[in-house]
This record gives sequence, C-alpha cells and structure tokens, in this order.
Amino acid sequence: MTQRTTLDLVDTSGPPTAPSTEVASAHPSLILGEHSLCPGCGEPVALRLILETLQELGVVQRSIGVVGHGCYGSFVRIMDIDVLQCLHGRAPSCATGIKRVRPDSVVFTMQGDGDMVNEGLQEVLHTAARGENVTCILLNNGVFGDTGGQQTATTVLGQRTKTSLEGRAAAEHGYPIPISDLVASLQGVGYVARGAVSTPGGVAQTKRMLRRAFESQLAGEGLSLVEILTMCPTGWFVPASEGPGYQSESMETVYGIGELVSRRGEQS
Amino acid sequence: MSLELLSGSVAITRAAITAGCRFFAGYPMSPFTGLLEAMSRELGPAGGTCINAESEIEGVNMTIGAAAAGARAATGSCGQGIALMQEAIAEGALNETPFVVFNMARNQQDYFQCTRGGGWGDYRTITLAPKDIHEAVEHTQLLFHLADLHRAPTILYGDPLLAQTLVGVDVQPLELDPLPAKDWALDGSLSGTGRSRQVWTWAMGKATDPGLGPDGHWRAVAEKFDRIAEQEQRHEAIAVEDADTVVVAFGSAAKFAEHVVEELRAEGHRIGLFRPITLWPFPGAALAEATRRARRVLVFELNAGQMLDDVRQWAHDRDTVRFVGGVSIGESGLDYGPLLDVPVIKQRVLAALDLEPARS
Repeated sequence: MTQRTTLDLVDTSGPPTAPSTEVASAHPSLILGEHSLCPGCGEPVALRLILETLQELGVVQRSIGVVGHGCYGSFVRIMDIDVLQCLHGRAPSCATGIKRVRPDSVVFTMQGDGDMVNEGLQEVLHTAARGENVTCILLNNGVFGDTGGQQTATTVLGQRTKTSLEGRAAAEHGYPIPISDLVASLQGVGYVARGAVSTPGGVAQTKRMLRRAFESQLAGEGLSLVEILTMCPTGWFVPASEGPGYQSESMETVYGIGELVSRRGEQS
Repeated sequence: MSLELLSGSVAITRAAITAGCRFFAGYPMSPFTGLLEAMSRELGPAGGTCINAESEIEGVNMTIGAAAAGARAATGSCGQGIALMQEAIAEGALNETPFVVFNMARNQQDYFQCTRGGGWGDYRTITLAPKDIHEAVEHTQLLFHLADLHRAPTILYGDPLLAQTLVGVDVQPLELDPLPAKDWALDGSLSGTGRSRQVWTWAMGKATDPGLGPDGHWRAVAEKFDRIAEQEQRHEAIAVEDADTVVVAFGSAAKFAEHVVEELRAEGHRIGLFRPITLWPFPGAALAEATRRARRVLVFELNAGQMLDDVRQWAHDRDTVRFVGGVSIGESGLDYGPLLDVPVIKQRVLAALDLEPARS
C-alpha cells in the first residue's frame, strides 16, 4: 500500500499547531470582537468581505458606514468604522447627506431586504436615480431575520415564512421584487451586481463585486449596489448545515448571480 | 448696512447661509415651498448643497446624514409634511444630530406638533416662534447655534405671513458664543484606529468601548432636555406690570395681538401682552409672574386651543384663563382665515372683558 504522507503532516492527537493558530488569528483588523448572529448566518461573511475590501483599497480612514435595522445592526459594535445607524429603510438618504457634505469620503450603506426593499424601497430607487455616488450593500436573506422570519418583499414564491406558513403564494402574497434588476434599469448607477455567500466560489466572486462597486464609487460613476444573497437558516426553518444548499436551490434560482451593470471602461 | 426688499423665505435663507448652513433638503409644500426655492438658488453659490428631495422622509433623513457628518444642515416643510418627518426628528433628538427644521406652517395648528412631537422616546424640540421676519432672521441663526450647542434638532415655527411677505431686511450675523468642536462628527478619520465613532440612537458603543448603552444614553438625553428647559426659555412681556388683563399669543398672531393691546392701552385699559418666544421650552415661570396680578388671562391663537394647555399649566391662577382664539383657515386652506384681523381680535378681547368697544 502506498504511504499517504500528506495526511501525516497534521497531527490531530493534540491541540492545533502553528498553521491553525495563524488561520485563527487572521481575522480582519477592522473587526473588534465576536458577532452575535446565529450559527449558519451568511451576514458575518458579507461583513468580513466588505471590511477586507475597504482595507485592500486603502480607504479605511475615509470610510463611513450607514446601517439600517436588522440583525446586522449588531455589527455597529464590532466594526472599527465610523457608522451612522439610521431608521429602517433610510440608509441611502442618510448616505446621500453624508456624501454631499463629505464628497471625498467613501460612503457605504448596509441594509437587509426588509430594510431596503420593504420600507426603504423609495429611498434606494431615488438615490440610484439621482446618481448619488455611494455604495449600497443589500444583505438579502428573503426574510425579516431580526424579528424571527417573516415575509419580506424579496421572499421567493413557495418559501415558508412566519407570515406565509404555507409558502409564499402569488395570489395571496404577490410576487417578489428583484431590487437589483430594478436599480439596474435606472440611469445614475455605475455598478450593480448580485452575489451569494453560499459557496466558497460565491464568496470569492462576491468579494470581487464589492471591490468593483467601491472602485466605481471612487471613480465617481454614480450609485453602486451589490446585493448579497445570505443564509438565514433560523428564519427559513432549516438546520444550519442545510442553509447554503437551501439558498442555492431557492433564492439563487430566482435571483440570477452576476453583474447587471458595470460602467468601468465605458467612454463618457 | 443695506436694506433689501426680500420675502421672508429669502431672508431666512440668507440668515441660514450666514449662520453657516451648507446643506438643505426639502420637499415642496406651500407655504414652505418658497424657502426650498430660495435655498435651491442661493445655497449652491454659497458652496453648499440643496436637494429637492423626493419626499419629506427622504429630505429629513438626508439632513440627518449631513448633520452626522458635521455640516450645518436644515430641512423643512409644514403640517402634514412635518408629520412625516417626526420619526426622523425624534431619531435626531435621540442620536444627537443637530439640525434645523423650518416649519413654514399654514397656520398655528402645528403647536402640539412642534412642542410635543410625534416621534418616540423622551425628547423635545427647541421651537422658536418669531413674530416677524426681522426676528425670524435672528431666530434662524440662533437655532443653528442652539442645535449645535445642545446637539439636538431645533424648529423655526413660521407661517404664510412670515414666508411670503416682503420686507426691507438687512441680514447681519449674530454675535454668539463659541461652540465646542464637533469631535463626535463622522468623517472616517478614526476608522481603523480602534476609536471609530458611531452616531446611534441606541448608543450601545463599540465592543472595545461599550459606552453608556441605551439606558444610560437615554437618561443622559433626558437630563439634557431638562437642562435645556431651564436654560433656553425666551419670552416678551409688554405692559404686564399693572395689567389686570394679559393676552397671551405667539408668532404672527402675537404681532396682531400686540397692536390690539396698544390700542386698548391708549383707550385706558390696563392690559398687557405675554408672548412666548420659545414654544418649547415654554417660559412658564415668566408667564406665572406676568399673570400674578391679572384677573383675566386671554389666550389668542389660531387653532382649537393648543397653547392653551401650557398657559393653563403655568398661569398664576388657571381659573382666570379664557380662550379668545379659534380655528381660522383661509379658503385655500393654505393660510389664515378671518380671525387674524386687528378689529376681530379687539372685539374678542373686549367681549372677554365684558366691555363694549370704545367709540371713536
């Protein structure tokens, strides 16, 4: 029998050795502590991607975040970034005010789908139409996670929620709103993309989208939006381990992954 | 000194710019619209930004953003539009963003709206009610100062007369005390240093610096409003020292009432006027003193009797208080009706005195 030398490199009979320690300590320096979100939630992954991107672009000390209300609101405590937490839905309006008086700052919003697409639908559409030079990030898990899994405007047909227990039915609950497609249809946007954090490949792709969105803001191209499909196994009534698979099968088949608008390199 | 013939809306805009206002966002609604139009013309050349927002809700939240970033910022509307803004005004009070709200109201029915608010939480809004455009020019500058001094939204309670009348105005900067630096304002410069800032109604702090938390923060805000209530009361009292009748009125209506009081004084009546300049904090102790010797306290306001509650609370003897105002809206619904007229006010005051008008 052939000796499998690769497995012998890791000794599991004792505590983790140096390489494991290095991985554990490689958290982004902009995260100040542990998050308090549920196991299996996709939002901490998205937060990490956002903060890493700002760091890699070298714009941290002119970055200002604007967050709405939802589970991710707890990130205010652990983000080492200047943050305005604003009313449900209003983040793009607040970001507009910040960016207009501090045009050299890098302004980003972070909202959930309940925040942006329900109560804040008008805000994001008008902010996009005005071409405000800010980056909006949507953490879309298809439910109101913070309040325990009720239906939002992005809940896909057939999805069970606390307020559509038998699954969202168009006849009763209407149709989901593909917000990125709506925003992409407006003039005034520089970059629009939809990613997902359900797979390692999706995480890497989403990070590239975030980078391009912030680069679009830095180039002054207008509003940039990255919708990130994230897991909410708690709100979906599925085991945490099944969250990524459920997301891939349900949301990602409805909301196409990819870039919808990219003005980089276009001649004006 | 050079006088210019300006509408109140333009005069207030000039005063705001003189005070350092560099961001304005609002949604058209008469009679506030003139102020928005003036801001859109004059703020850009002054190096600022004016946004014709798509709703009152967006306008006030843009203003919160600009204020949180350290700019002197303002918004405005009237009546129903202010109602839409109340959630954000409360948010601004509780997350301590300073900005000015110009309520160029249609009448005096916004008194509760300005002094009680409609948002959640233990908050108040400093509200100044100028009697004319000259005073509005001063109040506008003072409100930006008070907003920054106390880190709280403030309100100018105007009306159609204030917004649309033309007068000769010379907008001069007020001499005001220096203010503390806005070291709390968000500019991103402390991001990534472990000392980044937050502007947050719940004030839970960062993981590395927990701060006061919601209970401590909201207690501190409530205590701040208690201090403001003590410090910022303003009023005007005319001929109350020997008055057995004191008329209480605010804003434009007070200017008319003042004229009535002057006429009745000239006719031999011992009558005076008390005018709250700050509607909140209400100058209660001063009203109690001004009405100490009065047998009658007559409240004239153009609504169903909103300030009446405050007057009853603070008058030396609440049983002396009578309401001589009332709802009075013009046919357009956008301005005052027939009660805002010196002869009408005089008739009501005399009726309350149980006296007939003096014959000429």
